[in-house]
Amino acid sequence: MNVRLYVWQRATAALMVPFVLVHIAVIFYATHRQMTAADILSRTHGSAAWASFYGLFVAAVSIHASIGVRNILTEWSPLADRTVGWCAVCLGIALALLGFHAVIALVVM
Amino acid sequence: MIHRLSGLALVIFLPIHFFVLGLSFHGGARLDAFLRWSDQPLVKFAEGGLVFLLTVHLLGGLRVLVIENFDWHDGQKRLAMLAATVSVLVAFIFLVRVF
Amino acid sequence: MPEPAEELSVSLWRGSAQGRYETYSVPRCESQTVLDVVTYVQRYLDPTLSYRFACRVGMCGSCAMTVNGHPRWTCRTHVAKVADGGRLRIGPLDNLPVIKDLATDMQSFFEKWQQAKGVFAPSLTRAEPMARIRPDSAARVAADAAIECINCGVCYAACDTVRWNAGYLGPAALNRAWTLVNDERDAANPARLSAVAASGGCHSCHSHQSCQEHCPLALNPTASIAGLKRRSTAAYLKGELKA
Repeated sequence: MNVRLYVWQRATAALMVPFVLVHIAVIFYATHRQMTAADILSRTHGSAAWASFYGLFVAAVSIHASIGVRNILTEWSPLADRTVGWCAVCLGIALALLGFHAVIALVVM
Repeated sequence: MIHRLSGLALVIFLPIHFFVLGLSFHGGARLDAFLRWSDQPLVKFAEGGLVFLLTVHLLGGLRVLVIENFDWHDGQKRLAMLAATVSVLVAFIFLVRVF
Repeated sequence: MPEPAEELSVSLWRGSAQGRYETYSVPRCESQTVLDVVTYVQRYLDPTLSYRFACRVGMCGSCAMTVNGHPRWTCRTHVAKVADGGRLRIGPLDNLPVIKDLATDMQSFFEKWQQAKGVFAPSLTRAEPMARIRPDSAARVAADAAIECINCGVCYAACDTVRWNAGYLGPAALNRAWTLVNDERDAANPARLSAVAASGGCHSCHSHQSCQEHCPLALNPTASIAGLKRRSTAAYLKGELKA
């Protein structure tokens, strides 16, 4: 872990603190109301607000989680540094792709 | 350690979560089918576990941000216990509301 | 020696990387320290035992060993405080190669001190007037809080990240670097910040605080490292640092 990775890791962490609180509130709300897919989609469809919020959330978590996994692999696996770097990048991209796909599914489609 | 393990568990869960949400890509039917399937005690319990993991990871992260950016080295263990307790409470409240 | 009332069961590591714990029976005495116990074994039971000590009064740090799972100064550890049911398990410090029995090779520990640029670089010559440093300036207070480190290696042995990451410079080296970052007389700070901001530097620390918990001088390397994180991050964001 160097200063560049550290900055991205901590910055995305700080950014996500309020995001996670909002998300926990959303979880409680949706589960308490036993919302169906239609209920959810009616709220998210066409919403620039939800798209922005969750879009940013997906970007942040993709960066944060991939750097976190990078640290775990460096410290707990015998893999070389470059391999670890590539694994982290692949994970980040995979999370971003899946995440943006989900956001598009909820907001656009 | 809890912080690291909860993060790891969440990063394993996350692609599944994104995938499920992405089921609504062609309309809500498949997502609905999943939501109906997930309406069973074991899944609800697992969801409670996920809420616990998310909360504990958040609070652990806050602890790190505080240690690194503010002068605070007393009472760390007490804080850690408090964080774990709050997480359990939050997860418990979730479970109560959901069952 | 006073008349012993009971015996301690003491397991000592014998060997190097390969070896085993051997058990000895040591008479228990009042105000006995763990160093007293190890010394008794070497003098009266097994002269082939290797261990280090020097001052035996808690000033030099040479006698640091792992006692019942925790790194400690054995001369400053009373048996009464740590002997669970009359048993002691004593091994060499963790995270360092073992030379023999209870003595470790501290070379990597000192090399990391150099890598962290924990060496004072003068900015003045003898021809110039002495630098006047206010002892109550924020920088000097920060440096003084960390300056008493005698490089005993206890924090290094206690650190999870040192154990997991061979390239991690460790709490002692980084703590020393922090005292110099705060030294107004020092001229090496751009290079020092680059050294601690590199891979294996201060940013690898997870703030577990095992170092702070175990330091016999109650120093706080976690806080020093946090200071380095802040300082190097600021320098990086201002473009003064190459990452």
